[in-house]
Amino acid sequence: MNMASILPLRLEEVAYEAGGRVLIEPVSLDIARGPRSLLLGPNGAGKSLLLRLCHGLIRPSRGRVIWQGAGPGSNGMQLLHRQAMVFQRPVMLRRSALSNVEYALKLRGLGREARRERAKAMLARTGLGALARMPARRLSGGEQQRLALARAWAVEPEILFLDEPTANLDPAAVKLVEEIIGAIHAAGTKIVMTTHDLAQARRLADEIVFLHRGRVVERGDAASFFAGPRTEAARAFVEGRLHW
Amino acid sequence: MQDIGAALGLALQLIVAADSALVEIVGRSLAVSLGAVGMATLLGLPLGAALALFRFRGRHAVTVLLNALMGLPPVVVGLVVYLLLSRSGPLGVLGLLFTPTAMVVAQFFLVTPIVAALARQTVEDLWAEYSEQLRSLGTSPMRALPTLLWDGRFSLMTAVLAGFGRASAEVGAVMIVGGNIDHVTRVMTTTIALETSKGNLPLALALGFILILLSIGVNAAAFLLRETARERTA
Repeated sequence: MNMASILPLRLEEVAYEAGGRVLIEPVSLDIARGPRSLLLGPNGAGKSLLLRLCHGLIRPSRGRVIWQGAGPGSNGMQLLHRQAMVFQRPVMLRRSALSNVEYALKLRGLGREARRERAKAMLARTGLGALARMPARRLSGGEQQRLALARAWAVEPEILFLDEPTANLDPAAVKLVEEIIGAIHAAGTKIVMTTHDLAQARRLADEIVFLHRGRVVERGDAASFFAGPRTEAARAFVEGRLHW
Repeated sequence: MQDIGAALGLALQLIVAADSALVEIVGRSLAVSLGAVGMATLLGLPLGAALALFRFRGRHAVTVLLNALMGLPPVVVGLVVYLLLSRSGPLGVLGLLFTPTAMVVAQFFLVTPIVAALARQTVEDLWAEYSEQLRSLGTSPMRALPTLLWDGRFSLMTAVLAGFGRASAEVGAVMIVGGNIDHVTRVMTTTIALETSKGNLPLALALGFILILLSIGVNAAAFLLRETARERTA
């Protein structure tokens, strides 16, 4: 891509409320190119909501989500086309694995031949080459999640959001998915991922954004976060003491 | 009782011998109903999907109206189309009254609300499941529409079948706008009505049988098609 980067992403006092409850307290955050950022925290901390606010799937009740590099005149769809997201439960279109990847590429305006070629390459890269013709919904959970990654990777996003992508998978599938995430990062895509799995955060994170009860309570590079969390909530989480 | 027995025997004879009057009527019935259902499908599916996908003022009112229209009385539709197409009506110059085309038009108005209302429900359910993923992929509602129609194809077949059931079974609308003219606009249901009132029970019964068989056949074919396709794609 020769376009200027849309990163960094800046959240300015972004808050989210629903049904009279504050689910995300006002947060300001810069998300820059480079490190793999993991949003860490217990269930219900607001990780998924924060991810959806960043990606634009939900609108903040207050505050602004700004793509700093986007420049004036970029509309929402153009911005979306530079991003991708992988969900906890992958949504597969009722068609073949190959067509699922081609669909995303078609939305980006690729021609038929180019789509087919790129989609095949992506399936090969994610170890699904032999399953290209299979109906996507017939694939196993792990295969579906890898297909979701292939579909997201195919569009060469600048930033990839992942919402607990391994929450429903067995250890072998988790390993494969984590390898693919590593490869996507190595190829130059910014990774922003939620997890409640401490071990996974240790494996994948370059930096940690720790959430607790809808608040970003701590942020820092992964090594120092795990070595010495500064807040009581983070300390309790890292030490495995439940802290509600 | 004896009459019914004799009539049944005669009916079976007509069917087995592929009686020419019978074949002609069955063929015309199919042409009219399939034509109407085809057109209703072309309009009704995108219409229903649009109603599910787009948010606009009065959307709920339109949905309620559409659901209500599913129960349109055929004779009323027949009457309205009759008035539109009659010589002094606004479309009288087309000269369509008492032709098979007029019958297709009348059945189209009966079937379209059924197809559209059922499609709306199907697409709305599918959109609830797909919405986040499709929006994340950068799909506009305009692009999502054909995607959801395609992904809902197996469920939508039921909507089309319901429309076909309605079209092939109704008698009021085609009677009024077709006129039940022998060799021109006579179809199964109008013939059954006429022959019954004339006391010619064998032909009426034979047509009744065929109508029911046809309905079973079409639904069975659709079921098989759906199952084999589902095996292969989802």
